[in-house]
Amino acid sequence: MANAKSKEKNPTVVGASVPRNDVLEKVTGSATYLDDIQFGNNLLYARAVRSPHPHALIKRIDTSKAEKFPGVKAVVTGKDFPERIGLYLKDKTIFATDRVRFLGEPVAAVAAVSEEIAQKACTLVEVEYEPLEGVFDAEYGASDKAPLLHPDLGKYECVNFIFPKAGTNISNHFKIRKGNVEAAWKECAFIVDKTYKIPHIQHVPIEPHGAVAMMDQKGKVTLWASSQSPFAQRNLVAKALHISHSDLRVIAPLVGGGFGSKAGLTMEAIPVALATKLPGVPIKFILTREEEFYTNFVRQGLTIHVKVGCDKDGNLLALKNTMYWDGGASTEYGTNITRAGGYSSSGPYDIPNVETDSICVYTNHPIGGAYRGFGMSELHTGIDQAIDELAEKSGIERVKFLKQNAIAEGDIVVTGMTMHANGIQQCIDNVAKAIEFTKKEKPSTPDRLRGKGIAIMWKAPAMPPNPGSSAWVELSEDGKATVGLGGQEIGQGTFTVMAQIAAEALGVKYEDVRIAGPVDTQYSPYEWQTVASRLTWSMGNAVRLAALDARKQILDVVAEAWHETPEDLDIVNGMVVSYKSEQETPLANLVIYGLPKPNDEGWMGGPIVGRGSFMPKYVTNLDPETGQGPRAVVHYTVGCEGLDIEIEKSTGKIHVIRAGASFDVGKAINPALVKAQVEGGFVQGLSSALFEEIRLRNGVMTNPSFVDYRIATSADTAFPLDTTYVEVPQDDGPWGARGVGEHPMVPTIAALGNAIYDATGIRLDGPPFSAEKIFLAMLDAGKVE
Amino acid sequence: MSYSRITLTVNEVVETVDVPQHMTLLQMLREKLSLTGTKNGCTAGECGACTVMMNDEPVNSCMVLAAECDGANILTVEGLAKQGKLSKLQDTIIKTGGVQCGFCTPGMLISATALLKRNPHPTENEIREALVGNLCRCTGYYRIVEAVKEAAGE
Ligand code: FES
Ligand code: FES
Repeated sequence: MANAKSKEKNPTVVGASVPRNDVLEKVTGSATYLDDIQFGNNLLYARAVRSPHPHALIKRIDTSKAEKFPGVKAVVTGKDFPERIGLYLKDKTIFATDRVRFLGEPVAAVAAVSEEIAQKACTLVEVEYEPLEGVFDAEYGASDKAPLLHPDLGKYECVNFIFPKAGTNISNHFKIRKGNVEAAWKECAFIVDKTYKIPHIQHVPIEPHGAVAMMDQKGKVTLWASSQSPFAQRNLVAKALHISHSDLRVIAPLVGGGFGSKAGLTMEAIPVALATKLPGVPIKFILTREEEFYTNFVRQGLTIHVKVGCDKDGNLLALKNTMYWDGGASTEYGTNITRAGGYSSSGPYDIPNVETDSICVYTNHPIGGAYRGFGMSELHTGIDQAIDELAEKSGIERVKFLKQNAIAEGDIVVTGMTMHANGIQQCIDNVAKAIEFTKKEKPSTPDRLRGKGIAIMWKAPAMPPNPGSSAWVELSEDGKATVGLGGQEIGQGTFTVMAQIAAEALGVKYEDVRIAGPVDTQYSPYEWQTVASRLTWSMGNAVRLAALDARKQILDVVAEAWHETPEDLDIVNGMVVSYKSEQETPLANLVIYGLPKPNDEGWMGGPIVGRGSFMPKYVTNLDPETGQGPRAVVHYTVGCEGLDIEIEKSTGKIHVIRAGASFDVGKAINPALVKAQVEGGFVQGLSSALFEEIRLRNGVMTNPSFVDYRIATSADTAFPLDTTYVEVPQDDGPWGARGVGEHPMVPTIAALGNAIYDATGIRLDGPPFSAEKIFLAMLDAGKVE
Repeated sequence: MSYSRITLTVNEVVETVDVPQHMTLLQMLREKLSLTGTKNGCTAGECGACTVMMNDEPVNSCMVLAAECDGANILTVEGLAKQGKLSKLQDTIIKTGGVQCGFCTPGMLISATALLKRNPHPTENEIREALVGNLCRCTGYYRIVEAVKEAAGE
């Protein structure tokens, strides 16, 4: 062994940009996604009957004509599934029962021998509605003038950190009362007071939502779903249908993009409901692109009022922040987005006096769910633009202003928790350098304006206090390792990163680690959900512990066989080596059959299976009146983005010249994957800043197609993007790592808004910053003719 | 339902298929020939996930009726690698890291392969222009464009 002598080991697999372990399948077309699984000729197809009204009472449902239609096998409605479900607040049912609350809400579903027949049968389901007045604005919905959308709100079950207000449309009101804001205004030399509106947007995974369900004769249900949350779905479906968790199996193949939309439970419940009527028959339900746009989880709209002030030297003193979240027809998930927006409401700034009201409001809009960033993009769009203006008022250069106010280790954050070490200063420097922020530059042609903008961010994983991860690592006769895990590969590269972590901790080559996929709740160990940028940190810890456990089992056997101590042994590239006796043996020799005892006295060891689990145990609840408590979250990932842009005077069209995005990832387990995440997230953020909006008119989405809802294309990213990252280790992360999946799309809208302001002096009240809006605003302000 | 019998070449294999009148080329590939590499993202000609090459031209297979493909020569993602050897572009997209969730990848590879066929040395703008109809929500396109550039490099 060349390196058997050296006991000092730097990680070699962790920190390397190894190629993804799912990529060969993906480039050859053999990767299996939900719709690629073959179910044979018995397969039935489901379609849903959906509400044509944003708000109405259901007076009567008659399914008899649909049931008789040739080819129809089952029709289900809400009367069979009255159980309320929800992740944080149980306020929805699989199908509307007595009332519909958004246009597109499922009212019934049909299973038939073909999609066409199922669709036709849906039109034969007669539903009589009595339309009601709707709520289409969150602030109005929170007022006592608005009609009540959930009269039973007071009776709904919810987790103990959500505070619904019975008799109103407010399903959560999160408060921060830190310091004394009223007194602090008097100390402020400069104050900015602004309101911004951030519209609803859609996730737009290129793979639409899809699920297949089948119940066997014993009542055991199998659900195949394009899913970020197989275990959470098992939990929610089991409760909704009153079946045991152990009798429900969720199989989750590769996911063609999620961005939060495939977390929790949405359309997957529909085929399950149908399956309970047709034992032994698989039923497939795939959303059309139109349904994908208007019936699924959306990113909630937000109206945010920000008042922020600093002293004459630019030190932030006070912030008052009032947020109305347009939660839609159900806020089972949105209540926790509201909470996350509340406990992070200062942004990554050190502000001694903060008063926040983060209010989740029922409206007759599509249901708000998890969306990459979980409230943070919306929040930072408000905070970071207001602070940009405050910096200008104070006369202090922007980068200096940000650096002087950015949250630092030891600062008491808005909830009372002490901030950990972080690299926000370096992130700001990296971005400022990438776009030469402090250098004022001329536009490339006189018919354009030029501007630069910068914004900083933070985000903590938003989740219950105790979301768990678990993993196993088992070895096979060839000495190679297989990792069992329950977190999902949704494109971010988590299977690759987990293989790297297992390889490093166990002592085998990256190429010799397999992931036991697809995730299957019957065989895979528990994982809460693939959300919150938590996998590298949380599941990474579980996988590392499982690999270390396997390693210990191996070394104990070998030590006994060789009459040595495990401390003198190591596993290097799949070989057990002794630094003392310089003996070595390949793992293949012992990980299944064990080792013989000397003198034919029998055997020792046996098949090796390592096990690991991880759950944060230190997160505390917060005081409901002040939002204060010892530790609100596990940690924050911080970062910064900046853009250098030009704007055409004659059209308002934005051209990005260059951009920078820098995040503190703790430790880049795979640098290329980190950079790829940052690129993709930045562009999704830019797309939301430039183009995206679910246009809602009285509860009707008027642009449910790719033609009318434009997302960034290859033509929109023809500019250099610098993604230099920072590594200030996380104390409880594997090798110091923390997540970066969501963060790159968090500060983008604000950074672009600040660049537009720099170029034109115009501050639009919200995205998308379309050419038309910018041009009209420039015209209004007399900047162009 | 009326069927037509068509004969066409798919990935260099001659196939004879009975297809219903309304069946699209995409459905035929996925359901009749079990070639599930080609993806369905919208069924409306708007996302490019279903792109295949038809007689050397990239087309959205969700917008082409199978019945019209009699005599056509079709190339799908499954036909890019020859005798187990990846195409140059498949190699470079792995190397540059241009694949994340992978759902856009089959269509993206076909569009880019078609581009390189008609224009072996495209400029960056020509590459971006050629891929405009292939939506990707994951990557921001940087590493995909890089892969095409590198594949054109030799
Ligand atoms: S599926 Fe054909 S273009 Fe989208
Ligand atoms: S890699 Fe996911 S859509 Fe392109």
